[in-house]
Amino acid sequence: MDMSKDLVAASATPLVLAILAEGDSYGYAIIKRVAELSGGHLQWTDGMLYPVLHRLERQGHVAAKWAASESGRKRKYYRITNEGRAQLAAHREQWKAVDGTLRGIWLQACTV
Amino acid sequence: MTTFADQPIEDHIAQWRAYLRRRQAVHGPDVEELEGHLRDQLTALTEAGLAGDEAFLVAVKRMGNLDALSREFALAHSEQLWKQMVVAPDTDAAANTSRTEILVVVGLAVAAGLAVKLPALFGLPLSPDAEVPSFYFRNASLFVFPLLAIYFMWKRGLNAVSGLWPMLPFAAAVVVANVFPFHNPERLGKFPGGSDTQVLTVLHLPIALWLMAIGVAYVGGRWFSSGRRMDFVRFSGELAIYYVLIAIGGGVVTGFTAMLFSAIDMNPGWFIGGWLIPCGAAGAVIIGSWLVEAKQSVIENMAPVLTRLFTPLFTILLLGFLATMAWTGNPINVKREILIGFDLLLAVVVGLVLYAASARDPQAPPGFFDGLQLLLVVSALVVDVVALTAIAQRISEFGFTPNRVAALGENLILLINLTWTAWLYASFVRRRGSFSALEQWQIGYLLVYAIWAALVVAVFPPLFGYR
Repeated sequence: MDMSKDLVAASATPLVLAILAEGDSYGYAIIKRVAELSGGHLQWTDGMLYPVLHRLERQGHVAAKWAASESGRKRKYYRITNEGRAQLAAHREQWKAVDGTLRGIWLQACTV
Repeated sequence: MTTFADQPIEDHIAQWRAYLRRRQAVHGPDVEELEGHLRDQLTALTEAGLAGDEAFLVAVKRMGNLDALSREFALAHSEQLWKQMVVAPDTDAAANTSRTEILVVVGLAVAAGLAVKLPALFGLPLSPDAEVPSFYFRNASLFVFPLLAIYFMWKRGLNAVSGLWPMLPFAAAVVVANVFPFHNPERLGKFPGGSDTQVLTVLHLPIALWLMAIGVAYVGGRWFSSGRRMDFVRFSGELAIYYVLIAIGGGVVTGFTAMLFSAIDMNPGWFIGGWLIPCGAAGAVIIGSWLVEAKQSVIENMAPVLTRLFTPLFTILLLGFLATMAWTGNPINVKREILIGFDLLLAVVVGLVLYAASARDPQAPPGFFDGLQLLLVVSALVVDVVALTAIAQRISEFGFTPNRVAALGENLILLINLTWTAWLYASFVRRRGSFSALEQWQIGYLLVYAIWAALVVAVFPPLFGYR
C-alpha cells in the first residue's frame, strides 16, 4: 500500500508525540518504532524525522538533551513536555473526528 | 563510539559528513545527530549480515535525498532559512532565473527612477532652485513601493487574484494623499498655517504601506505564517542597512559629479537636484531589496552585531537620561519634533529587541545579553511613561491637537508592547517561559502598528478638519 505523502506528513507529528509519550527516545529508535507499529505501511525517509523533531522542540512540545549512548557516542534524546502532551491530546481529538466521519460514511456504503 | 573495523566505511562516513556540512541549513549538532543515526543504521544492517559497502548504500538511501532534507531543515529552523540563500535550488533553474531576475530588477529600478520624474510632466517639477512641492512628500512612498510590491509578487509567483490584495492599499493611499483637502498644503510643516494632519500623513503613510502592502507581497500572501513575518522583519532591517550603504556610495558619486563639472565651469545643480538624487534614491530601494534577497549571507552577521553593539549604548543612554531628569527635575518640553523624537527612540528600542529576537537561537538558554535587553526594555518603559505623562498633561491643559493625539496613541501602543515584552523577557530570564513566546508577541504586534498608521492616515485628517 502506497500512502500519500500528505497523509504521511500530517500523521508524523502526532505519531512522534505518541511514541515519545511512551517514554524518552532518540531518532533511530523512533524510526524503528514507527516501522514496528505500522507493520511497514508508514515508510518515512529517515532523515525527515529530524526536522519534525526540531520543529517540535522549537515549539516547546518536546525537550531534548545530549547524553552518551550505550556505545559511548553522544546522542540526542527527546522527551515530551506538558505542552506536548496537551498537543497530543488535541491531535487525538482531531484524528478521532476524521476517523469517525470516514467510518460513518464507509459503514453506510457497506449497508446500502 | 562505534567505529567500524572496515576503514573504507569510516572514509565513506567522513565523506558523507563533509557533504552534509556544506549545506548551510544543517548545523554542526544536527550533522552529528544525523551521523549518529547513520551509524546506528549501519550497525543494525551489518549485524543483519550485509557487507560494509552494501550497508552504507542502504543506510544513505534510507536517510533520503540531502537536498530535500536540508530544505526541510531550513523550514524547521526559519532563522536558518535566512542563511540559505535559495531555498529550493535546482542549480540550472537558479542560474536561469537569476538572469531574468536581474533584468526585472533593473527594469523596475529604472521605472522607479522615471516615476519620480512623472509629475514634472504635469507641471510639478523638482528643481534645486525652488521648494519641493508638497505633492512629492505626500506621495513619496507611492513612487517606489508599488514597483517593489510588483517585484515581490513576481518573485513569489503570486497570481493576479492574490496580487490584487497588496494593490488595494496603494489605491487607498492615492485617494488619501491627494483627494483630502489639507489646509495650505504648500506650507508643509510650517507654523502658522501649515496643516498638521498633512505632516502626519507624510510620516505615517510609508509605515502603513510598508506593513500592509510590501509586507503582504513579501510573504507571498502568507501573512499569517509567523515565520514568514519574521523574515519580513529581517528583510526590512537588512534593507535599511543596504540602503544606507548605497546612499553613502551615492553621496560620493554626487560629490564627484559636482566637482568634475564645476571644474569645467558648468553648473550640474539641475542634474544633481533634479535627476541624480531623486531618481537614484527611488531606484536604490529596488536595487537594495534585490541585494538583500540575493546576497543575504554577506550581510546576515551585520544586524546581530549592530544589535549587540547598540543595545548597551542605548541602555546607558536611557539610564543616563532618566538619572539626569530625576536629578535636575527638568520637565520634558512638549514640541512636535521632540514628541516624534521620543516615538522614534522607543521604536528603536523595539527594533533592537525585535532584531535581537530575530538573530537569536530560540532554544539557547538565557544569558548576560538577555539580562541587558531586559534592562533596556525596562528603562525604555520608564522613559515612555514619563513621555506619556508629559503628553497627557499637555492635552489636559491645551486640548487635543492631531499631533498630540497621534503621539499619545503611539506612546500607548509602544507602552503596551514594552510592558508585555518586559514581562515575557523577565519570565524567560527566570527560565519560566520560552523565548519563542516573546518572538510571537513581537511578530503579532506588527499588525497593531499597521492598523494605527492606517488610522492616522485615513481617519485623522477628516476628524481634525484637515488642519
